[in-house]
Amino acid sequence: MTAPLAAINDFVVKFANVNGSGSASANSMFAKAVLRMGVPVAVRNIFPSNIQGLPTWFEVRVTGEGHLGRRGGVDMMVAMNPQTWDRDVAEIEPGGYLFYDSTKPMPPSKFRPDINIIGVPLTAICNAAYTVARERQLFKNIIYVGALAALLGIEIEVIEQLLAEQFEGRERLIKANYDALHMGRDWVKDNMAPLGLQVRRADAVGDRIFIEGNQAAGLGAVYGGATVCAWYPITPSTSLAEAFTSYCQELRVDPESGKANFAIVQAEDEIASIGMVIGAGWNGARAFTATSGPGVSLMTEFIGLSYFAEIPAVIFDVQRGGPSTGMPTRTQQADLIGAAYASHGDTKHPMLLPMDPGECFTFAAQAFDLADRLQTTVFVMLDLDMGMNEWLTEPFKWDDSRRMDRGKVMTHDELEAGRDFGRYLDVDGDGIPYRTYPGVHPTRGGYFTRGTSRNPYARYSEEGSVYVDNVQRLLRKFETAKSFVPAPELRPASTPTRDGVIYYGSTGPAMHEALGLFERQGRRLDALRIRAFPFSSEVDDFLASHDRIFVVEQNRDAQLRTLLMAENGGDPDRLVPILHFDGTPITARFIVSSISSLMDATQPPGSRPLREAAE
Amino acid sequence: MTYIAKPKLHHPALTPNALGYLRRDYEGSVSTLCAGCGHDSISAAIIQAAYELDLPPHRVAKLSGIGCSSKTPDYFLGNSHGFNTVHGRMPSVLTGANLANHELIYLGVSGDGDSASIGLGQFAHAIRRGVNMTYIVENNGVYGLTKGQFSATSDRGSRSKKGVVNHDAAIDMVSLALQLGATFVARSFSGDKAQLVPLIKAAIRHPGPAFIDTLSPCVQFNNHAGSTKSYDYVREHNEAVNRLDVIADRKPIEVDYEPGTTISVTQHDGSVLSLHKLAEHYDATDRIAAMAYLAERQAEGEIVTGLLYVNPDPGDLHGALGTTDRPLNSLSDAELVPGQAALDRINAGLR
Repeated sequence: MTAPLAAINDFVVKFANVNGSGSASANSMFAKAVLRMGVPVAVRNIFPSNIQGLPTWFEVRVTGEGHLGRRGGVDMMVAMNPQTWDRDVAEIEPGGYLFYDSTKPMPPSKFRPDINIIGVPLTAICNAAYTVARERQLFKNIIYVGALAALLGIEIEVIEQLLAEQFEGRERLIKANYDALHMGRDWVKDNMAPLGLQVRRADAVGDRIFIEGNQAAGLGAVYGGATVCAWYPITPSTSLAEAFTSYCQELRVDPESGKANFAIVQAEDEIASIGMVIGAGWNGARAFTATSGPGVSLMTEFIGLSYFAEIPAVIFDVQRGGPSTGMPTRTQQADLIGAAYASHGDTKHPMLLPMDPGECFTFAAQAFDLADRLQTTVFVMLDLDMGMNEWLTEPFKWDDSRRMDRGKVMTHDELEAGRDFGRYLDVDGDGIPYRTYPGVHPTRGGYFTRGTSRNPYARYSEEGSVYVDNVQRLLRKFETAKSFVPAPELRPASTPTRDGVIYYGSTGPAMHEALGLFERQGRRLDALRIRAFPFSSEVDDFLASHDRIFVVEQNRDAQLRTLLMAENGGDPDRLVPILHFDGTPITARFIVSSISSLMDATQPPGSRPLREAAE
Repeated sequence: MTYIAKPKLHHPALTPNALGYLRRDYEGSVSTLCAGCGHDSISAAIIQAAYELDLPPHRVAKLSGIGCSSKTPDYFLGNSHGFNTVHGRMPSVLTGANLANHELIYLGVSGDGDSASIGLGQFAHAIRRGVNMTYIVENNGVYGLTKGQFSATSDRGSRSKKGVVNHDAAIDMVSLALQLGATFVARSFSGDKAQLVPLIKAAIRHPGPAFIDTLSPCVQFNNHAGSTKSYDYVREHNEAVNRLDVIADRKPIEVDYEPGTTISVTQHDGSVLSLHKLAEHYDATDRIAAMAYLAERQAEGEIVTGLLYVNPDPGDLHGALGTTDRPLNSLSDAELVPGQAALDRINAGLR
């Protein structure tokens, strides 16, 4: 018999449930109770493309040290779904715990000898207390939360407080939930001892907040001054537009007139969504859409128009697995190349790569300044992992002296004073021309917007040289963008090294945990977190100063590595892809084992003897 | 049949309108369309309508998709901002532009390929959303820029210039617009300036989605015997239900049509549509009856023109969304950015 696992504030509990059974709010309450005890948690929903009936899982990593990536492995399985019993039981670490409803006896073959079985007769307790089927269903969830609290040392008062907040003003409901909570707790107290896995009150959460990236980005769009949102429902981006809607209703309704300082349209498809965004951007409003990879595919013609006609637009791409349904409820970072070069003709587009909900908020707001400043489409690349899971993140901050940067917009008075206006004229040498808002002046500043066939004064021209001058200017503009977008974040190793690692987006927390493990193993890796495309000069410096760089991504094709090679001359021999793309969030364990085995097996290219030249 | 005035041929004695603008102030670049193209006549009608309505030329935003018709916004209202968008997607761009600033006048110009084929979905959704706009389809039943393919408004049985017979049913955009909830629906003919100019004026004054299907023969690819969109065919089968005069506020009422029944429709903005009825019993404010009448006449092979339906008190998208009276593109930081105090409250709710 393997010894039972014992750990304080460092273990993983996984809930296996049936979708639509009301388990989500109970599980989330469990996680929040741990947080309220001052112990960080990292939670992840693994859910099907389904509303009711299919399996769904909720993973809670209790992590006193504050590792917010997915750990991998399960120390305790709360197995509430008979459909997935076998694989759920198989997933438990040796010495781990299986929590199940013991009302109906299970044959011994359904268990494992190397795990600890915690049977609580949930259905029996429920059936004794409730007669209505729906009550039996819902309160069973609260009963198991009560039982788990007793087993894991979670303070019952904390859960009571959460219930009181959730059902504020509905005293009968609060009382009923308290009763259910205590039924589970009392049964355990009467029949079992606490487990080796324990939550102990700590002070490791601080003033951090717990929020989904989509919600944070929706709020960021409010702070970025977005007034027009056009969108089409698609998992996993839908909750971003919905969050923008609810924050607008809360923060953007004029108190006197009751009228909306925003316009939100659920369009007929993604093409119309981006069309509306571009129409609004052309007309001087800050506008965005939220979508996922398939939506970006549909939008590409308009994205090209935005590039060539130089119209500000913001697209939030909450990345997911491939087409159709199924994998789309899993996470990936697989839209990078698709977004960077979306559309026909020679195009490229700035992308912001937030790491967590905190950056989803700040990058969302910043994206609108960048889109106006650069007069083009700016992508904000979230993914399902950070978009649809609540993450612990620093509280949102805003500098009240900050003002929207509307970029180069020529005003009525400047036009009236006779200032020369050429819509596509590079007056400052940065590749960024001036624009005017429609209706600005009776006789000056009007122009006809087209794709490519026009001269710097927006007059029709099919001359090859005019086209070339224009697209070269667009390259200058892209060069200018490098100094506007968020710079990468460097985490140097404790001692100088020629090995490096590049990562981005939701890989961040797992990578930071892995970096600590590498240091403990004596492996030295400088780490660069890329936060935007185009890549700034710091990225060039990093590429130049390392002989071997592991590029860690959550896609099959090493898409960021390709961009590094294509745009910054990254050497393919030195850029080693580390790829995780099964739809689950990447883990520190995966990163450490992948990189360690490569480091053990090979020497960095720089220290290898030079290959003999072919005769 | 072109009656567009070329810039150098202006009569010096032209009279300015109430804002002091000459008709030439509403013109644009010289057209690059074929001589005799019906579309140029429609451009001229738009110029005339804008001049007669005393519109400040820069307060119009003109948007189009791709195709011969969609090139035309370059040829009128040269001081207005124009936007040649992508094929079939003008309605969404116009919708977004309208959301950003409801104070401008939005003129969408499209063709039958642009709106009935590739853009049918966007056409339908912009109409049903109630975007305040004037949407003109320059309908020639053919793809001109790609040299003569049938469009979705080509009648079944009509013959292309190359002799091919169209076997697909035609989409009737007027019937569609009525069904989808357009609150101003008209059909006209590029060769009938007297009918078309007042219709465009009325549509511009209409504070909701206004649609004008304008038959506009293609002199190159669809003006031959066997075509149902040729000048000769349309003239022979045109059945006008009414003649329209638009009386903007403060202007004396002038109706110079031959005697007949005249009814007045006062639109929400105060403009009066004086409808001289040509077809007995035709009531342009009865949507259901209009749809039935159109279907009957169509079965007889007639092309009904005139103001087919108007709801004098329409709503629009901004009304539905409850947006502020000020243009959204003019709102300042103070109105848009809630600041740290609001964030503190939000942070507190997320712990």
